[in-house]
This record gives sequence, structure tokens and C-alpha cells, in this order.
Amino acid sequence: MTTLTKSATSGAASGTTARTVFGRMRPRPNPWRHPWFLEGFTWLYLIWSIVPIGLAVLFSFNNGRSQSAWQGFSWRWYFTDPVNSVLGDPQLHAAVIQTLRLSLYVTVVTVPLGVAFALGINRWRGYTASSFNFVMILSYVIPELIFGVAMFFVFTILFKGIGLGTLAETLALVTWNVSWPAIIVQARLVTLGRQYEEAAADLGASQLQIMRRVMIPLLSPAIFASAVLVFSSVIDDFVLVDLLSNNASNTPMSVYIYAQQRGGSGGPALNALGTIMLVMSLVIAVLGYFGYRWMTRGERSDRQEALASITGM
Amino acid sequence: MTAPAQTPRQSQGGRRRLPGRAGQAREPQRLFWIALAAPGIIWLILLFIVPFYAIMAIAGGQVNQVFGYPMAIWNPLHWNSTNFTAAWHDVAGTSAFVGPIILRTLAYVALAAILSLLIAYPAAYFVARFAGRRKGIFLILLIAPFWISYMMRMLAWIDLLQTDGYVNKALAFFGLPGQTDWLGGMSVTVILGLVYGYIPYLILVLYAGLDRIDPSLIEAGRDLGLGRLKTFLRVTLPLSRQPILTGMLITVLPMLGDYFTNQLLSGTTGTTMLGNVIDEQLNTPGLQGEGAVFSVLFLLVLVVPMIYYVVATNRSSRQAM
Repeated sequence: MTTLTKSATSGAASGTTARTVFGRMRPRPNPWRHPWFLEGFTWLYLIWSIVPIGLAVLFSFNNGRSQSAWQGFSWRWYFTDPVNSVLGDPQLHAAVIQTLRLSLYVTVVTVPLGVAFALGINRWRGYTASSFNFVMILSYVIPELIFGVAMFFVFTILFKGIGLGTLAETLALVTWNVSWPAIIVQARLVTLGRQYEEAAADLGASQLQIMRRVMIPLLSPAIFASAVLVFSSVIDDFVLVDLLSNNASNTPMSVYIYAQQRGGSGGPALNALGTIMLVMSLVIAVLGYFGYRWMTRGERSDRQEALASITGM
Repeated sequence: MTAPAQTPRQSQGGRRRLPGRAGQAREPQRLFWIALAAPGIIWLILLFIVPFYAIMAIAGGQVNQVFGYPMAIWNPLHWNSTNFTAAWHDVAGTSAFVGPIILRTLAYVALAAILSLLIAYPAAYFVARFAGRRKGIFLILLIAPFWISYMMRMLAWIDLLQTDGYVNKALAFFGLPGQTDWLGGMSVTVILGLVYGYIPYLILVLYAGLDRIDPSLIEAGRDLGLGRLKTFLRVTLPLSRQPILTGMLITVLPMLGDYFTNQLLSGTTGTTMLGNVIDEQLNTPGLQGEGAVFSVLFLLVLVVPMIYYVVATNRSSRQAM
């Protein structure tokens, strides 16, 4: 009956009365009418959330210092200006390089560490395993500032040899991000079940062969999605790198933007830097999406599932 | 968490098939799994558990009187109260300045969280339930801010809120006073900045939760004679309790430790939050020990909601099995 009412009125405008076969006396508004108010609200939200960023990107191409009056298109804040552009200012492009370097280091360490942890913890059941799983999830929800303060003390007082800088940033970011692969791979393991590895074991595969030939290929979409997430969340990270960087050579883009803007020397060059960050993240997202679609091409996965996976939903 | 769950019968059937072999091979297999988990465990001990012990050792430690650097005391039996006393004086002593800051932090975060929920819920609800064939495009637009750096999103508002920026121009256009100095220390700006900064995370949690609600339950509500509003109040809202709670936690916890949003959007002492106190103490020789105390106390307050989150996510992932 539901489907009947639905299909009968779905094309009609709102306000149509749904008189059922039982002959209701009082006309009621069609319960399946389109919620125009909600849709309008959603569009307003989307405009509010996206248009300001579009304007900031636009003003990074402004041929002038103003961030509120358009003075024509130019690439000067990216590379034309020999002093103030991202290319011309050594501190600005050092920041770009530091961000890329950190993302790469952290992804390379975090993903294998987290995947191995997830596999081990998931199969080695017991008290120790579940307590460390608990610790891992705790690292996912702890406020970043508290974790950053702890890391700051560890590298300045306990492991003084490390000190602040790129190594400290990498170590802290790995700990902060290891929960992505650990959580995502465990979720995938739950959905896979154990039948594949048991079948492989029945056919005489050794533990290592099962890993290499069965588990890693089955887990590859999850591993890939977590690598995308780790890489992009390192680009976006601010608190940890802010607390653990100590000079221009180890200051990534987010910290540089913050320090300059706060010091009152904001300007279109910062917008250009922010736009570069945005483009990096979007390239990662797009590559992640198509990569994920390609890796799951044999499965019954749809676009929304791929989108959700690379966003960590 | 991501892919649809398989029926439990399939995986159990697989497990039941070979009890003998599993029994024989148990010990070396177990060692293999332990070896796989070991690097991660050691990493977490050294760089997650030890750091928290280090914070406590510094909070309970002393401050070098000459150079002002903190000295950790590693034996908890010898912890002393120097830093705690200093922190207490700042919260409630004669020269107290942290008390009002804590209250302000709570007020900002509470308002920002409620506002975020009021904005995020309807949008997530619409995309999850009514977007129909346009769901893909709505989802991309909903997710886009999640992929854009926090700093870039703040920069965007700094541009708009300048005295000669577009917000004031728009206000002047409608005949309203268009000379407001939005970035000069207004609480409204900071709260809206917090909402804008953290809403993408909330909206994703809400969307994921609302998308999982079985539409047939809502249809059943309608078929049984409930109107739109009543179906929402009696069916949808109770079913979205869990996503609302986890979504709130995932936005409120980082908001409480935020120290950069207000610095960027106001930068005056009138909008200082608890995160700024900790951040500043960390950068001031002699006050680092006190910064550790505030971090520890902050953590103690948040331990309960954090553990709630962990337990809740564990429970829901077990249900997904």
C-alpha cells in the first residue's frame, strides 16, 4: 500500500491530499511530499560552507594586496612576484615542502604499523589484545592539545635526544594517525569473516602465504583508503606540528599560515598557500576515490560507498 | 564500519569446519599474531602511554628555580604539589584569572555545539532521506569541507569579516550598520568560527548514522497513521540518538582544546579559552609545569566522555557483526 500511495503521488506537487481507499474524511497533506523547506535549508548550509572558501581561492589570484576588492587576475602570489610569491619566498615554499615531506613519512610508517596491529589484535584474542585495542581507540578521541602537550614534554624532557623538529613531528603524527588504518582494517576484517583464510589453510598454505596471497589482497581497499586518510589528515594537521616545530625549516603550511596571520602579516600569499593545501587535499581525495573504485571493481560497491570509505565514515 | 556486514552464520560456519586443525596449529599461529601486533603495541606504549605518564611526572614535579625548566619526578610516591598549588592559585586565588576563562570556554563550546547540531542535523537528515537520485552530488558537497584544511577555512572567514570585507558590504547594502569590527574580539565571531570549523566532522557522523536507519521503519510509522512531525519525533529521532551523541563528542572534545580559532578570529584577551592558557604556559619558561597540571586536570574531566565514546563505538561495531 505504501508503495502504491508513493508512486501515485510522487510526481504531484506538494499539498495534494492523500485520500486513501478507506475514505478519510478530513484531507491531510500528502505525507510523501517533497520537503522543500529542508531542501532549501540544506542548500543554504552548503552555500554557507563552500562559498567563503571559493572566495578565498579567488582572492589568491587577486592582482593586488586586498582580500576584499577584486583588482584583476594574476599569478603573482603563486610565482610571478619574485619576493612575496609562494615560489619566491623561501619560507613559503619550505612550508609546502615540509607538509609534503611529513605526509609522506607519516603515511609510509603509519599504514604498515596500523595494518599489522589490526590483524594481530583482531586474531590474537585475549585480555592484552583488547586492552591495547582500547588504548588505540583512546588515541583516536583524545583532544589533540593534550596529546600534543604530552608529546612536547616527551621530546623536550624524556627523549631529549630527539628534541623538536621533523623527527618529533613524524613520531607524534604517526601515533595520532595510527588509529585510521587500525580501525578501518579491523572493520574490513569483521565483514570478511575467516572463511577465506581457513580455505587457504585447508589447501595447505602457510601463515605467511595466507597473508601475502589472501589477506593483503582482500584488505587492499581498506589499506588504500586508510593511506588516503592518513596522508590528507597530515596535510590538515595543525596542533601537533604547531607544538613540535621550532624553526622555519620544519614549519609546515598550516603552522606558517597561522603564525603569519596572527602576526598581522596576512595577505594574498597566504591565500595562495591555503589554495595549494586545498588543491593537494582535493587531488588526494579524487585519486583516493578513483583508486578505491578501481580496487573494488569486482565487488558490488557503489559510488557512495567509495566516497564514504575514503572519508572514514 | 564501512562495508555492509555479512550475516553471522557465514563466518561461524567457516569457523566450525576445522576444529582439529585449528587446535593443532594454535600455538604457532598465536605467536604469529602476537608478532604482528607487537610493533604497534610497543609504539603505543612508548609514544602514547609513556607520554601521559611523563605529563603526570611533570605536573607532580618541580620547577628549576634558576632557569625555570620543569623537572620531572618519576616516582609517584615523591610527587609534590608545587605546580598544583600554582594552578589552584590561578583558578581560585586572589590573582585568579583562569576561572572566568574556564566558564567562557564552556559557554562558547556549549553554544557552538548546540548551533552545530541545529544546523548539521537537518542538512544530514535531508541528504540521507530525501536526496533521492541526487544523493551523490549532495554527498560530495557535504563532504567537501571535510577535505579542505582548517586553516584555509579560517582564512576564508578572515577575508570576509574584515572591516571592508563582504560581510560588512552586504550588511550596508541592506541598510544595516556596516562598520562592525568583526575580528576585534567579538564572542559571536569566535563561536561562529568554531561552528564553521567543526561542523563537517559532525555532519559526517550524523549522515552516516541517519543513512543507516531502515526506511521501512519510517514507512511503518506513516502507515500506522502518524503525521510527519510525529513520525520524526517517535521514530527517527530516537533512532538517531547514538549518532547525535557520538557526533557531539567528536566535535566537543576538540573544541574544548581549541586555541587557534579564537586567536585567528579575535586575538584579544576577551575571548581567551582554556586551550590558550595551556598553549601559552607551554611557551613560557617557569610555567610549563603548571601547563602540565592543567592538561592533566583537563584530561581527567574528559576521561569519562572519552571512555563512553570508546565503549559506544565498540558496541555498535559488534552490532554490525
